[in-house]
Amino acid sequence: MATRTKAKNNTLKLKFDSGWSYAPAPESRSIASIKERYELFINGAFVKPSSKKYFKTINPANEEVLSEVAEANAADVDKAVKAARTAYDKMWKKMPGKERAKYIYRIARMMQERAREFAVIESLDGGKPIRESRDFDVPTAANHFFYYAGWADKLEYAFPNRQAQPLGVAGQIIPWNFPLLMAAWKIAPALATGNTVVLKPAETTPLTALKLAEIIQEADLPPGVVNIITGAGATGAALVNHPGIDKIAFTGSTDVGKIIQRAIAGTHKKATLELGGKAANIIFEDAPLDQAVEGVINGIFFNQGHVCCAGSRLYVQESVYKTVLRKLKDRIETLIVGNPLDKNTDIGAINSKQQLETIYKYIKIGVQEGAEMHQSSCALPGKGFFCRPTLFTNVAQSSRIAQEEIFGPVLTIQTFRTEDEVIEKANNTPYGLSAGVWTDKGSKIFNMTTKMRAGVVWANTFNKFDPTSPFGGYKESGYGREGGLHGLGAYVNLV
Amino acid sequence: MAKTTIKKSSLHISENGLENHKPEKRLEVLKTYKIYIGGQFPRTESGRYYVPVNAKGEKLANVCLSSRKDVRDAVESARNAFGGWSARAAFNRGQILYRIAEMLEGRKAQFVDELMQQDASRAKAGHEVNLSIDRLIYYAGWCDKYQQIFSAVNPVASSHFNFSVPEPTGVVCIIAPQNDSLLGLVSVIAPVIAGGNTCVVVGSYAKPLCCVTFAEVLNSSDLPGGVVNILTGKASELAPWMADHMDVNAIVYCEKDEATQKMLKEKGSANVKRALIYDKVNWYDDAAGQSPYFINDAQEIKTTWHPIENIGGAGSKY
Repeated sequence: MATRTKAKNNTLKLKFDSGWSYAPAPESRSIASIKERYELFINGAFVKPSSKKYFKTINPANEEVLSEVAEANAADVDKAVKAARTAYDKMWKKMPGKERAKYIYRIARMMQERAREFAVIESLDGGKPIRESRDFDVPTAANHFFYYAGWADKLEYAFPNRQAQPLGVAGQIIPWNFPLLMAAWKIAPALATGNTVVLKPAETTPLTALKLAEIIQEADLPPGVVNIITGAGATGAALVNHPGIDKIAFTGSTDVGKIIQRAIAGTHKKATLELGGKAANIIFEDAPLDQAVEGVINGIFFNQGHVCCAGSRLYVQESVYKTVLRKLKDRIETLIVGNPLDKNTDIGAINSKQQLETIYKYIKIGVQEGAEMHQSSCALPGKGFFCRPTLFTNVAQSSRIAQEEIFGPVLTIQTFRTEDEVIEKANNTPYGLSAGVWTDKGSKIFNMTTKMRAGVVWANTFNKFDPTSPFGGYKESGYGREGGLHGLGAYVNLV
Repeated sequence: MAKTTIKKSSLHISENGLENHKPEKRLEVLKTYKIYIGGQFPRTESGRYYVPVNAKGEKLANVCLSSRKDVRDAVESARNAFGGWSARAAFNRGQILYRIAEMLEGRKAQFVDELMQQDASRAKAGHEVNLSIDRLIYYAGWCDKYQQIFSAVNPVASSHFNFSVPEPTGVVCIIAPQNDSLLGLVSVIAPVIAGGNTCVVVGSYAKPLCCVTFAEVLNSSDLPGGVVNILTGKASELAPWMADHMDVNAIVYCEKDEATQKMLKEKGSANVKRALIYDKVNWYDDAAGQSPYFINDAQEIKTTWHPIENIGGAGSKY
């Protein structure tokens, strides 16, 4: 053996196949109390919708109905906006910041106390692995309330030489990928700056927002300060178009974001839009490859790839391409796809049948356009919506799978030779939400992070979030920031 | 094409102290008012012109009536200039803005003269030019400071170094204030380029002389070609093309016309343009007409993360 020329350490095959397999370790769902039916949360009370209609929300992992939820029509939206307006005029805008702060702190604490329940419901309703909802979504959501609570009585320090005034009533529309976390991202800064809120969660994932409504009720937040109304696109449109709204905060697809921008043109409404992305994740030959591969895996398979900032375009420097590709293929074989409530699960259920169809559509397009597909050989559960982790190689820059947001566990892989080449390729997209760079050379990191036209750039890490850290896009990924000091700016007029 | 008679400048004759000598009868050389694209002074590719007239009924000049193609050429120049300009050291951008102010100061008389041709009193014209110079100085100073005001090091809970800094949004199309033809122009261009953006500007339709002469100031100020491109013509004709253009990142509009505001935002949604409406700003009031927040309006916040190694053991006891 001693005479054999050893390959460099980082070209060794990673050994994941220990011969052991994981026994199921499901989280109990008994902690989650889900009502059979949820009404609209308007003016501090749960009220029946004037539409008299309800829609079902299902568990995407087994297609079982979890609950039915009220569908708000234009009249319900109007009621909610009026409640928010009254609460704003009569109470919330006059309340001293330090009192507002205490309400928001209270919400944060109550979320922490009921964290496990929230995590289970989040995984049941949305399909994400319990490991993620338990360790990321729910604690980060609570932390957002905690962070912004403290700003409520310190706003004079946030904007030099200006006074921050609230905008009024904020209409907030959030997506299904991080239902509770997005609600927290929206509600917490709005309340801290003295605005009142009408929030519409996504139609496939309304439950944790409605649980949050219960907490808001228990926290004795004055009625009307936060209203949570459920429904689909029509409800959202009614909210956007309601003349009593002063601000729209939207997270979702770029297509819908553009519609909203059009819809509010010519009105006094302000907007922040957090839209789609197609992030480049770039591996240089001098990167610590095993760490980079882990980062790429996390970048694209975190939350089934239902992440607007997912690292969905991988660029690998040519000299290490073969090694990286082999490591990636090895690594995706080890990913556990299945029951979201199992603590071992890496990739849970795709959020809806519709989204699964979209992902399959793109996989088909990729193959048709001549790219080479590789999938993990894992078994998929018989019921529910699941998708194997998927890699595409031989991808053209112009290919639709490299240009359009798929929002699923699908990674395109391309190669590059020089820094200039990869900067050009990485920025060659209408999106600009996030980017990733992997290299051991500090000066290269700063060259790359400076040149990426994207709002969040991760160097030697990926998909990290924090309440203190602003998030938001360049170009068609939207405008305005959420999180941190900069997130306050979205909810104030400066005078 | 009828030759326009341009009002002879009265300023120099009366002020140059040569009255005692019998001035030679000399045919004045008239200036051709051009547009400014990519550091060059072409006439509009369309060949079109218009003749603005002042309150006394005097024709000001044969001014370029710029076209959609001029807008597209200008946006291309602005995009090409963006990489270089945004990568300039902040200090260097400050020096160049200061240089613009110097050049404007040196040509003060010409601007006063043009403003007077465009119906301003001598006092008001002088005031507007002075304010414009001072505004440039103001923003020259901000070039290497606004980043510090609007950036943050964010205390994230995980072991990462995390910071947020402003970066220019890209190519900005500007419909300059139509009344304050020099001060308004300077007030909207300066914060945009101070922040590292490049721009395409439509000057005042009725009072276009200053914006063309300001282009000459820019051209002698070390400002790289293409950073500021200035067109003359009808805002109502050019603005829709600017709002439609898919390689424009933001649009600035300063008039109260609500239909145009709406149109700009609607069309701008095609590529999620940032629409900046400054319709209530009094440019003569320093407190309202200048601030680093104008710079910040055409900035994007970029947040960068990097892990901090955390291998236990050697805690510092200092």
